[in-house]
Amino acid sequence: MGCSSSSTKTRKSETSLKAALIIQNWYRGYKARLKARQHYALTIFQSIEYADEQGQMQLSTFFSFMFENYAHVHKEELELRKQSLESEQDMRDRHDYVDLIDVPDSYNGPRLQFPLTCTDIDLLLEAFKEQQILHAHYVLEVLFETKKVLKQMPNFTHVQTSPSKELTICGDLHGKLDDLFMIFYKNGLPSENNPYVFNGDFVDRGKNSIEILMILCVSFLVYPNDLHLNRGNHEDFMMNLRYGFTKEILHKYKLHGKRILQILEELYAWLPIGTIVDNEILVIHGGISETTDLNLLHHVERNKMKSVLIPPTETNRDYDTDSKHNKVGVTFNAHGRIKTNGSPIEHLPKHEWEQIIDILWSDPRGKNGCFPNTGRGGGCYFGPDVTSKILNKYQLKMLIRSHECKPEGYEICHDGKVVTIFSASNYYEEGSNRGAYIKLCSGTAPRFFQYQVTKATCFQPLRQRVYTMESSAIKILKERVISRKSDLTRAFQLQDHRKSGKLSLSQWAFCMENILGLNLPWRSLSSNLVNIDKNGNVEYMSSFQNIHIEKPVQEAHSTLVETLYRYRSDLEIIFNAIDTDHSGLISVEEFRAMWKLFSAHYNVLIDDSQVNKLANLMDLNKDGSIDFNEFLKAFYVVHRYEDLMKPGVTNLG
Amino acid sequence: MIHKDKERIIVAEFHKKIKEAFEVFDHESNNTVDVREIGTIIRSLGCCPTEGELHDLIAEVEEEEPTGYIRFEKFLPVMTEILLERRYRPIPEDVLLRAFEVLDSAKRGFLTKDELIKYMTEEGEPFSQEEMEEMLSAAIDPESNSIHYKDYITMMVIDEN
Repeated sequence: MGCSSSSTKTRKSETSLKAALIIQNWYRGYKARLKARQHYALTIFQSIEYADEQGQMQLSTFFSFMFENYAHVHKEELELRKQSLESEQDMRDRHDYVDLIDVPDSYNGPRLQFPLTCTDIDLLLEAFKEQQILHAHYVLEVLFETKKVLKQMPNFTHVQTSPSKELTICGDLHGKLDDLFMIFYKNGLPSENNPYVFNGDFVDRGKNSIEILMILCVSFLVYPNDLHLNRGNHEDFMMNLRYGFTKEILHKYKLHGKRILQILEELYAWLPIGTIVDNEILVIHGGISETTDLNLLHHVERNKMKSVLIPPTETNRDYDTDSKHNKVGVTFNAHGRIKTNGSPIEHLPKHEWEQIIDILWSDPRGKNGCFPNTGRGGGCYFGPDVTSKILNKYQLKMLIRSHECKPEGYEICHDGKVVTIFSASNYYEEGSNRGAYIKLCSGTAPRFFQYQVTKATCFQPLRQRVYTMESSAIKILKERVISRKSDLTRAFQLQDHRKSGKLSLSQWAFCMENILGLNLPWRSLSSNLVNIDKNGNVEYMSSFQNIHIEKPVQEAHSTLVETLYRYRSDLEIIFNAIDTDHSGLISVEEFRAMWKLFSAHYNVLIDDSQVNKLANLMDLNKDGSIDFNEFLKAFYVVHRYEDLMKPGVTNLG
Repeated sequence: MIHKDKERIIVAEFHKKIKEAFEVFDHESNNTVDVREIGTIIRSLGCCPTEGELHDLIAEVEEEEPTGYIRFEKFLPVMTEILLERRYRPIPEDVLLRAFEVLDSAKRGFLTKDELIKYMTEEGEPFSQEEMEEMLSAAIDPESNSIHYKDYITMMVIDEN
């Protein structure tokens, strides 16, 4: 009756309560594991990105080493270059750059009108939305004019805000045009009442670096007092060589690309170092160190800081322009080619160069103190105590910086004193992170705005997004693994005393971390990277399954192949440097000499006979020259069972 | 004696595993994580505490005066114990299936979207709106507006492996 039915009801509601609990519990566990996988993927992307940057910094010391040795060997060639370049120097006039290039009637892209107005900004935005390409004539004109105006700007721009004139600060864009469109859509175009600071790293990695640069430069020319550009570590022609901007320009501007690169090199060096807002907020790209001296930085000749890869050597400090001694200075030009100037090397003194490197490359960390930034190879890791010290020293309240990708687009640390702002959403992969910008107004707390661009009309479910990110991250990690196959195999075998082909998870993780130099959660990632037997032991050779490096030359020894694959970015830059006549070819002899230097400096153990053999093999038509770029392009990694996923970051430059 | 050695090795491995999972969320590299990430970390290590159990765990690892951050030194011993005692074991597939079947009193093989929402947001430890939306986005078959739970579970299990 009534009693029994109510007890059935209670029992029933009890069981459904229990059932609901089970499902909720299970779902929360599942969701948490998805989130953890997402974080692991992000960690992989970040580690590899910073390891690459470290590689770039290493290249810098190699170049110093190379100059000392190489310059002696090829002095005559350098003399010849010197002559042709001196005349090049004279031609650095507007006339050469711009007026010699005609815009044909058939061109139906945007036509800018100087002096520029906000109409030109709209014109550019519309055109780039239609994926049009701005004619080289206008690109050069804009860059030239921008450089002219930048020259008049101080190292630090001082900006004041007010309730009717809030300042918007954007971080890294890295060639992601959709993000810039999103920011303008949400926050309005730049104008006298809508000022912006773009805090560096406008270019590299994304595929629209030149379009972003054009929009920013044109906006700057229209509103020079309300559109502020700070230099980032990627506003550096040597970085552009490795990270894609140089390629983008040479691809989009086949005829005039080299000229564009030349003027870019100079423009970068004239970009201001930072912005100071309301006398209390410092906005710079990277960070600070315990020796950061803002007074010194206010006065350095910033245009002498050409590239992070051209460090001052001992001789640079010597400003004697003693032409009688025929001092030949050696530097790089826009596409990394060695050139000489008759004049003394125009470099900063070492301590000033280091001050700027710290500003462009440092990262904040939780640990007190100031340590070399071993992740990136340049700048430092600075702790909350350093932040307090420096901010107090100059009576500042906050540091706003960029330089690091954050999942939410921004991050606050050091007790609210340091803010990281990053504006390229989906930086590593679709779904990896949001982008953000800050609005500042004196007297009120900073406001943060986030966004995430997506090609789809609505977000994919979380599991799909995580899967995409994870696959992409694992793929690039596997490429690292295969590039160290010989070293890894040796390390594994050393640990495998019983020659069983198996190691404990701990031993495997130890080898991976040591050889690859990547601080990753190897145990958590192991199921994605190797086969594990039912006892929890790792079949270590399965680390290399389903992936191999395609050899352009069959007879090449596998270790050599791996080494060439691993260093191909570096080698590309180096060989471009040696190729003094821009022919794309280097002689077999140059190849050998180059390789000797490289292997000595990088401690690469490949014996000479192998290298000689390879050199001869690469000289396919036996005419004594090697098309090195073609050769390097041929080294790529083949993934067996390639899924229908789109390519990840490895394809960007 | 051998047993003690073995235990020491197991504990050492657990320590490394826990450290790895912790570090991934330690954004400032100062051996602390935001307290809101603790649930994710514990679950990523294969444990399935309920919200209530998680609440108690957090109280155990928090500072006396909660700072919003959990330190690794406090987290490690607690988490090691959990792993050693095999606490909060994940839910087996068949138990999960039975739970759905209980809610599906008419034994149709599916739950409607509205039914799922009702159970998940009104019973047990209710879902937040975000959690509900996320579960729906992957679970609901848009044509029938329902969740065929057997297929759903199979898909999730494949995902996790």
